[in-house]
Amino acid sequence: MTEDIRHFQVDVPQEELDDLRRRVAAVRWPDRELVDDRSQGVQLATIRALADHWATHDWRRVEARLQALPQFVTEIDGVDIHFIHVRSDHDGALPVVVTHGWPGSIIEQLKIIGPLTDPAAHGASAADAFDVVIPSLPGHGFSGKPTERGWDPIRIARAWVVLMERLGYTRYVAQGGDWGNAVTEQMALLRPKGLIGIHTNMPATIPSEIAAALATGDTPEGLTGDEKYAWDQLDFFYKHGLAYAQEMGNRPQTLYAIEDSPIGLAAWMLDHDAASLDLITRVFEGASEGLTKDDVLDNVTLYWLTRTGVSSARLYWESKLAFFAPKGVDLPTGVSAFPDEIYTAPRSWAEKAYPNLIHYNRLPKGGHFAAWEQPQALSEEVRTSFRTLR
Amino acid sequence: MEKDTASIDPVEIIDDTSVKPFRVDFPQESIDDLRRRITTARWPSKELVEDASQGVQSKMLQELARYWATEYDFGRVTARLNALPQFTTEIDGVTVRFIHVKSAHENALPLIMTHGWPGSVIELLETIGPLTDPTAHGGNAEDAFDLVLPSIPGYGLSAQPTQLGWDPGRVARAWAELMRRLGYRRYVAQGGDQGASVTDAMARQAPDGLVGIHLSLLSAFPTDVGAAIFGGLLPVGLFKRIVIDVLAHHAKKKDPAALEAAAAVFKRGYIVEMPEHPQTIGYALTDTPVGLAAWMLDHDADSYTKISRAFLDGQPSGGLTREAVVDNMTLYWLTNTATSSARLYWEQFRAIFASIASGEKPPKLSLPVAFTVFPGELFQPPREWAEKAYPNLIYFNEVDKGGHFAAWEEPELFTAELRAAFRSLR
Repeated sequence: MTEDIRHFQVDVPQEELDDLRRRVAAVRWPDRELVDDRSQGVQLATIRALADHWATHDWRRVEARLQALPQFVTEIDGVDIHFIHVRSDHDGALPVVVTHGWPGSIIEQLKIIGPLTDPAAHGASAADAFDVVIPSLPGHGFSGKPTERGWDPIRIARAWVVLMERLGYTRYVAQGGDWGNAVTEQMALLRPKGLIGIHTNMPATIPSEIAAALATGDTPEGLTGDEKYAWDQLDFFYKHGLAYAQEMGNRPQTLYAIEDSPIGLAAWMLDHDAASLDLITRVFEGASEGLTKDDVLDNVTLYWLTRTGVSSARLYWESKLAFFAPKGVDLPTGVSAFPDEIYTAPRSWAEKAYPNLIHYNRLPKGGHFAAWEQPQALSEEVRTSFRTLR
Repeated sequence: MEKDTASIDPVEIIDDTSVKPFRVDFPQESIDDLRRRITTARWPSKELVEDASQGVQSKMLQELARYWATEYDFGRVTARLNALPQFTTEIDGVTVRFIHVKSAHENALPLIMTHGWPGSVIELLETIGPLTDPTAHGGNAEDAFDLVLPSIPGYGLSAQPTQLGWDPGRVARAWAELMRRLGYRRYVAQGGDQGASVTDAMARQAPDGLVGIHLSLLSAFPTDVGAAIFGGLLPVGLFKRIVIDVLAHHAKKKDPAALEAAAAVFKRGYIVEMPEHPQTIGYALTDTPVGLAAWMLDHDADSYTKISRAFLDGQPSGGLTREAVVDNMTLYWLTNTATSSARLYWEQFRAIFASIASGEKPPKLSLPVAFTVFPGELFQPPREWAEKAYPNLIYFNEVDKGGHFAAWEEPELFTAELRAAFRSLR
């Protein structure tokens, strides 16, 4: 085993790009859904618009964007971990490791690199600067695919601790949403020397009595307005939004189809949660939103070219953690509650889940992919959260 | 006025009840395209386990793909189907295609059998001989059936519904009309899997002429078992991980083996994905034959294990041979029914939850019901469950062979069960 940190460059062979284009052009379609909404899943008009856009999508532009960033690979616990590492020019920058989720990737985080490492150029103070480390989860993007079992968020958290140590950071913070939150919370529970606080945009806060009520579907009495809003979101999610996780959690390998069909992969990835599918649908109808058509396809194309449809799904199989249950994190924690997240954690729940809550804010706009969709807002949340820890 | 009615006869157009012969014909270019897609499949990395606990295994699927592209005779589906009398008729706005084999014996009992998912009429073909021609298959002339094997709308050769509402109840009504149209005034019905849902619904609707049914899957849980699994504890539509927890909880208390097996059904992703978002998974399954094959193979552990043995060890279980398994997949592919077939689950669950929400109980079922428990089926309901679900249970038998695709795997045993089940109703 080596602790070398190697430079990494993305260079996808042209034949891979040609093959992708050929497959998209040769797609075989089902008939249109029988409803006028998304209750049967991703609508045909949306995915056809995506296919049209894919025909002109320029992966070399994405590559150039990535090449402009310092990227590295280092082997940890038997798996090559790919990461972007951008140091701030400012003295006293606080190191932060930012972790993506599913169906995300480092593509989600690219827009916050500038605001976090160079705040002065983005309307903020140099005192809020960060050194940014953005790894690809094992089995995702340019990281290696585990060839043995056991890469759950706990093991990933341990690897991230090693990564930060290897980079020489002795005092740092961690941030994430989705699986990125699970990994970040597990890091906090490991209490590694050096980790001084975390920030999450998908906190795990559901109180046990609420979780029990979700199992019966009986709306609990006495919820505040914010709690009722979260309850309604969760009630919907548990009734109508869990199938993808059920499939990936139990039978990830059976999803051969998303490895062989780029359109199938795209549809599977678009159908993560109702609010982000609504958003992406509007984008492909031509609306101007926090995400662009290119953003969406940059990410799907990354999954396709790295052949990580199934390997990324395995994380659901590996993880035995309850996704939204409080884990007992007592490090200083900042919480940003976005209105279109799977659920918008109310302050009351966040305070119970994170006894050391150093920041809580309900944002006016944004959803599951906060860093990707609302990079300025997310960056400002991260700055504010960690200001007192510097 | 006279001119208007002369120019168009809406009644004749809407009410075309004619039944016409039908033959299958798939364009060669579709078959070439299918073969090309199989050979150019892009594969994920191998699963990280040595068993099927992460899903369909790479070795299995790659062998199936190799067989499909290089050994399989793509003319088989067409040849097998066109060797049989097939017909087409329009019912309730959808073109229904069916196989109809009349017995040469007098007084044969008409029987309509309904396939399920991921099945098709292919799973029923080997029962045609034994059921319609018993004397050639170890039976008596008085055991003969006239056989009607329709494809569910959205499946196989039937048309795909273009409007909402084709849940098992509506399919059941269409089947009653089909039997009426064929002139049958006294008949029985049989089904497993989704075919059991359709057949159960037929019996509850009790159309004129239907005198009894046979089921091989318990789709209607008796009240208290249903309550343990779904009722009371679960809100409308909540059907996911929570269901499993509830099932596991109750499994400790009553009939653990059967309840745990029933719970395992809901750990399969397909049973959740297809009712939730059939269109989403449909894009992937429609575009890749190996992806479709994997999705279809992952129905249940017993049939997967048996089919694996056929491909990897050359030891098929009964009729679940390599060529027959691939016949079924080829039919799904060439008819482009991956998505439309998945929609039946969406319709079915919507209907179930609407019924729960309305507080209405499903109509009582008083027709005679026969039930066979196959040891490899999803779960093996005890007689008590079947009796509670179907008070007029005229036949209950546990056999020693066969699984989810009982008719396909063990056509002779399956036929023997139907003969015995319906004997008292002749």
